[in-house]
Amino acid sequence: MPLVEIRAVDKAFQRDSERVEIFNALNLDIEEGSFTALMGPSGSGKSTLLNLVAGLDRPTSGSVRVAGAEVSAMSPNQLAPWRARHIGFVFQQLNLLPVLTAWQNVELPLLLTNLSRKERDERIRLALGVVGLEDRMKHFPRQLSGGQEQRVAIARAIVADPTLVLLDEPTGQLDAKSSQDVLALLRRLNDEFRKTIIMVTHDAHAAASARTVLHLEKGQLIERQGAMA
Amino acid sequence: MKYLHLVLANLGRHKRRTLLTIASVALALFLFASLRTVVTTLAAAAQFGSARRLVSTNATGIVFPLPLSYANKLQATPGVEAVSWANWFGGRYGDNKRFFAQFAVDPASYLEMYPEIALPEDQKQAFIRERSSAIIGRRLVDIFGWKLGQDVTIQGTIYPGDWTFTIRGIYTPTDAVINDDMMLFQHEYLEERTGRPGQAGWYVLRIADGDQSASIAQGIDDQIRNSNAATKTGTEQAFNASFATMWGNVSLLMGTIGMAVVFAILLVTANAMMMSARERTREVAVLKTIGFTDRTLFGLVMLEAGLIAGIGAVLGLGGAKLLYKSTNFNAGGFLPGFDVTTSTLLIGAGVTLLLMLASGLVPAVRAARLPVVQALRRVE
Ligand SMILES: Nc1ncnc2c1ncn2[C@@H]1O[C@H](COP(=O)(O)OP(=O)(O)O)[C@@H](O)[C@H]1O
Ligand SMILES: [Mg+2]
Repeated sequence: MPLVEIRAVDKAFQRDSERVEIFNALNLDIEEGSFTALMGPSGSGKSTLLNLVAGLDRPTSGSVRVAGAEVSAMSPNQLAPWRARHIGFVFQQLNLLPVLTAWQNVELPLLLTNLSRKERDERIRLALGVVGLEDRMKHFPRQLSGGQEQRVAIARAIVADPTLVLLDEPTGQLDAKSSQDVLALLRRLNDEFRKTIIMVTHDAHAAASARTVLHLEKGQLIERQGAMA
Repeated sequence: MKYLHLVLANLGRHKRRTLLTIASVALALFLFASLRTVVTTLAAAAQFGSARRLVSTNATGIVFPLPLSYANKLQATPGVEAVSWANWFGGRYGDNKRFFAQFAVDPASYLEMYPEIALPEDQKQAFIRERSSAIIGRRLVDIFGWKLGQDVTIQGTIYPGDWTFTIRGIYTPTDAVINDDMMLFQHEYLEERTGRPGQAGWYVLRIADGDQSASIAQGIDDQIRNSNAATKTGTEQAFNASFATMWGNVSLLMGTIGMAVVFAILLVTANAMMMSARERTREVAVLKTIGFTDRTLFGLVMLEAGLIAGIGAVLGLGGAKLLYKSTNFNAGGFLPGFDVTTSTLLIGAGVTLLLMLASGLVPAVRAARLPVVQALRRVE
C-alpha cells in the first residue's frame, strides 16, 4: 500500500466571484522510502498539493490518505497532533522562530512529545549532527546564513522522526553552493535514513536529486523518472 | 512548564518595549493602590470612634469655644461617665515645613478618655504633674529627633507668642486611625498664659451605654439650649465622619480623575501588547504547521499577556504596599494609618486579570483561529 494515496481530489479556490479550479479528479501515489520532486509552473498548485498532504488544507472533494489515515476527514483538533507525529515541513524561507536559537527551534516538535529532557537533548544533537550544524546550536537565525537556516529547518523537520518530510522550494532562496549542500543532505536522508520525501521545486537541477520527478500542469500530473534513479 | 521559555523568548524580543509595558502596568496599579488607599483610609477615619464617646461642640461652629463651666453640667447628666475637653492650638514649629497638630487638653481626664493614646505610666504622671509639659507622638521623634526632657518652642498663631514645652512623654497610638504626630499639652497652661480662662474648644464625653447615645446627646443639647452658647452633641464617629466627608469629596474627585488615568494607561498597555502579538502571524503559522494545537497557541499568548500584567501588578501593588509601610507614610498627618488594605490588593489583582484578558484575549483568539495556508501565502 502506498504511503500517500490521493484519490479523485478536486480543489477549487474562490477568488472574488470567480471559482478557480486547481485540481480536477487528481490521483497520486507516493511509496514509502521514495524521494519525489514535484515540478510545475508557478501557480500550478504545487504548494496546494503539499498542503493537502500535510493536512494544512482540505480538498473540495476526494480523499487524501497518509499512512492509512484519512487526512481529508480529520477535524482541526485531530490534525494538529497528527501533523506533529507524521509530518516534517520545510518552507522556502522564514522557517525559524527568530527569538529562539537553532537548538530551541529544532526542539519545537519534541515539546509536543512525551520525551524527557534528556531524550530530547539526544535527538536534537543527533538531528543537528546530521545536518552538520552541531557547532551552530546556540546561534540565532539572524546569525546563520540562508543555507544554514534551511539546514536547521530540515533538522527540525526530521527530529521527531516523522512519517513524511515535505519541502516547499527549500532551495528557492539559496545560492548554488548552499543549494547543493541542502540537496545532498536530502539525498542522504533518503538513502541512509530511509526518509520519505516530497519536495516542491521549479529548479530542474534540484529535481534531479530526487528519484522520481512529477510535473504538475493544468491540474494533471505527469511522471518522469529522476536523473539519478 | 516546557513552553515557558517560548513565552520568555517572545518577551525578550523587544526588551525595551516589554520593560516599558511592564513599567506602565506597574505605574497604573501603583496609582490605583495609592488612590484607593486614600479613600479607604478616610473611610476608616470616618468609622473610627467608640459609640460610647460623644463630642460636644459649639452649635454655631467648631471654631467657637464653649464655657469651661459646662464640664460640671455635662458630668452631672445621667448616663455620662466621664468628661474631658480640648483646644486646637494651631502653632508652628521651626520653618513650619512639617505641619503637626497641637492640642491643649486636660491631661488626666483626656488620657483616661483615650486609652488608645498609650504611654508609660511614669511619663503620664509627669505630664499630669508639670504645668508646661507636653507629650508627643512617636512619629515626631522620628521627624525632629526630639527626646524626653527636651524643651521645644512652638510659635502660636491663634495664641501669639513663643510657647516652650518640656517633652515628658512619647505616646504610641494603639489604633492606626489616631494620629501618631500630635503634641498634647496642658489646657491649664494655655489658660494661665493667655489670661482667658474658662474656655474649651470642645468636650468629649464617655457614656455608660452606647445605645443611649442619641437620646443622651439630644438631652444635653436641650438642656444647654438656653445658655449663652448652645451645644451640638453627637457621637465621636459622626464627629470624625464630618471631617472625613469634607475630605471624602476631594478624595472622590481625585479618585475619579485617578481611575480615568489608570484606565487610559491600561488601554495604551493593552494596545501595545496586541501590537506585538500581531507581528507574529508568520511564527504562529509555522508553529501550527509543526503541530502546535490552537489551544496551546491560545495558551501561549495568554500566558505572555498574563506575565506582563502579573509582573507589572507585583511591582505596582507590592511596591505601593511596601513603600507606604516602610516609609510609614501618613501624608503629613492628614491620613494616619495609611496602609494598602488587602481588599485593595485583591481588587488590584482583579484589575490585573482584566488587563490580561483585555490585552491577551484578542491576539490569543486570533492566533488560535489563524488559517495557516492564508497566513503563509501572505509572506511568500
Ligand atoms: N487560499 C487561496 N485563496 C485563493 N487562491 C489560492 C489560494 N491558495 C492558492 N490559490 C491559487 O491557487 C493556485 C495555485 O497556488 P499554489 O498551490 O500556491 O501554486 P504553486 O505553489 O504551484 O505556485 C494559484 O493560482 C493561487 O493563486
Ligand atoms: Mg508554491
